[in-house]
Amino acid sequence: MDILRFITCGSVDDGKSTLIGRLLFDSSSVSSDILAAIERQSRNLPEGEMDLSLLTDGLRSEREQGITIDVAYKYFSTPRRKFIIADAPGHVQYTRNMVTGASNTDLAIILIDARNGVVEQTRRHSMIASLLGIPHVVVCINKMDLVNYSKQVFHDIVADFLELRKELHFKDLDFIPVSALAGDNVVRNSVYTPWYEGPPLLEYLETVAIASDRNLSDPRFQVQYVIRPKSDDLHDYRGYAGQVQSGIYRVGDAVTVFPAGLQSVITKIEVNRTEVSEAFAPQAAVMHLADDLDISRGNTIVRSDKLPQVTQDIEAILCITDATDFRAGSKFLLQHNSALVKCAIRDIAYKLDIETYERIQQPESVRLNDLIKVRLRTAEPLAFDTYRHNRRTGAFILVHENTGQTVAGGMIQEGIEVGMNGANRGMG
Amino acid sequence: MNKQQLDHLDLLEAEAIHILREVAGQFDRPALLFSGGKDSITLVHLALKAFRPGRFPFPLVHIDTGHNFPEVIAFRDQLAAELGERLIVRKVEDSIQKHHLTDPKGKYPSRNPLQTYTLLDTIEEFEFNACIGGARRDEEKARAKERIFSHRDDFGQWNPKNQRPEMWNIYNGRIRKGENIRVFPISNWTELDIWHYIRREKIELPSIYYTHRRPCVELPGGQLLAVTPFITVEPTDTVVEAEVRFRTVGDATCTAAVRSTARSIDDIIQDIIETRISERGATRIDDLISEAGMEDRKVNGYF
Repeated sequence: MDILRFITCGSVDDGKSTLIGRLLFDSSSVSSDILAAIERQSRNLPEGEMDLSLLTDGLRSEREQGITIDVAYKYFSTPRRKFIIADAPGHVQYTRNMVTGASNTDLAIILIDARNGVVEQTRRHSMIASLLGIPHVVVCINKMDLVNYSKQVFHDIVADFLELRKELHFKDLDFIPVSALAGDNVVRNSVYTPWYEGPPLLEYLETVAIASDRNLSDPRFQVQYVIRPKSDDLHDYRGYAGQVQSGIYRVGDAVTVFPAGLQSVITKIEVNRTEVSEAFAPQAAVMHLADDLDISRGNTIVRSDKLPQVTQDIEAILCITDATDFRAGSKFLLQHNSALVKCAIRDIAYKLDIETYERIQQPESVRLNDLIKVRLRTAEPLAFDTYRHNRRTGAFILVHENTGQTVAGGMIQEGIEVGMNGANRGMG
Repeated sequence: MNKQQLDHLDLLEAEAIHILREVAGQFDRPALLFSGGKDSITLVHLALKAFRPGRFPFPLVHIDTGHNFPEVIAFRDQLAAELGERLIVRKVEDSIQKHHLTDPKGKYPSRNPLQTYTLLDTIEEFEFNACIGGARRDEEKARAKERIFSHRDDFGQWNPKNQRPEMWNIYNGRIRKGENIRVFPISNWTELDIWHYIRREKIELPSIYYTHRRPCVELPGGQLLAVTPFITVEPTDTVVEAEVRFRTVGDATCTAAVRSTARSIDDIIQDIIETRISERGATRIDDLISEAGMEDRKVNGYF
């Protein structure tokens, strides 16, 4: 059994909570006392109705206002898979929370109300899914019962969405006509949509192939912590503990350690306190090298025949997550997984309109929830891959040095100084 | 299918170890909050995988309500001794004295809310800047919202409406003096995941998780509360001698037992699959106080 992480964005009105509620109910993932609590709180509703948003909205203010403000994580499993739902808000003012939910997921469910078709919110959620590189997108055209299960309506919306797709980047895209309220095509195929030949949503989620989404071709390992027992029997032990971010490492591999560019060979790999011949993503491992090098937290150990880009100048898309001053010259801490370096914004190329997808050149101001394209310079070289190529090594966050707030999430598009990459590549 | 395949327990384990190592790498004064329950025992097991053959980069800290089951305290002490790791115990009793608090009255006096005082005192005493806990998001709906690295201000307060974004697997532990981060490495595990992992890894647990005979007061709601010196039993109460086990381990005054004949972990897993009631719903008497019980406690500095 593996794990599928997926995100749903939206508000109560969109049928998001009903859809999640339906998946949880029908997979028997709601316990009796929680159902009773929901019934208690649904007393003011018409007989027999339950407010399923109470299942998903966890904070007092969310329940009071009937909106989702922050991501809630929900869990269910079927015999085939464990599922982690990131139940995220849909409003534009909570974009940063949507990005939190989207950053780690394998799949996005985009809900479209069949009566309204593709609307601004659809464009926004699709942009987030595309930008965050979510490999699988399934568009659920919901409330089909309210349009008489019309094949024409479904196909028109699909056509509109495919038009939208031309401006976006999805690896894998599918469409399902559903009624979350009536249960059509959620867990079982609906008798009202004989023209739909695909699987119901749950089966889709159970079977969508995610094994190949994992990058096993570029060996990347960042040191989180150096294990040095310093005891009598282990005084020579020096293990580099971290997670294999992508790729496969084997004992005997020639490796290069960045940013210094030092070379060595793997002599031993431990996983789960046991010596193994190979470690692969996303295993937690301890690496041992032949040479006694100066390696510390944040250093990247890569296989010498598959080098990353190494440079101090990068281009990235930022999602602004805090109200702070963003302009050319602004300085922040850049956290690239376990590496922490100072950086400065060199210039802001454009702002991306999350709904129209227009690029606004030379924007006058940058606000919370904006998406901007920037050039950054870091105080020390960064070893990375582009985000498109590797979600684990192409992502970073910007941290405000004084407040400690996470002020932006960043996705690296390119390293700029090609000459320097060439030099480093030559060393391998 | 390629051979580099990991199942859900491997994936959850790798995630948790990564988080534990981020704590070790980012903080100079972390602590692991240890209750003696299955979740914190699992955390200790994960810490062994993250840091052995080195020592833990943090002590184990137990906030002792004074209302614990003796089996759990004995287990705690034995585990710490076997590991050779430092155990710090701080007592709610002492916080009651120090802050002139009122020990809760009533038949089943829960010191659960008072733990917050002891926890915050302990954080101050040792200047802990990161506290690792075994909370899971499937337990409760406020917990379902909390980040893995959860920022607390210098009063220990959680601000649920303005949490730091937490993107990818990048954990921002930067804080100012006096603030701290609560860290939840097993956020994404469910109760069943924990039990499947305990079975796979052959992790030892306190005996009260398994079936045993014990005199219990039967509460009006049908819940069973162990007869201990910490509660008041009146002649009108119904006391039954029942075959029970504990699904969670907490304060003996507010953690109910469940009827069960489960002798092995397989039996327990079967029990949980067949039971349609949630873990906290079945066993935690204090969560029923209000819909936002946990949210309110967390806002005030609770685990």
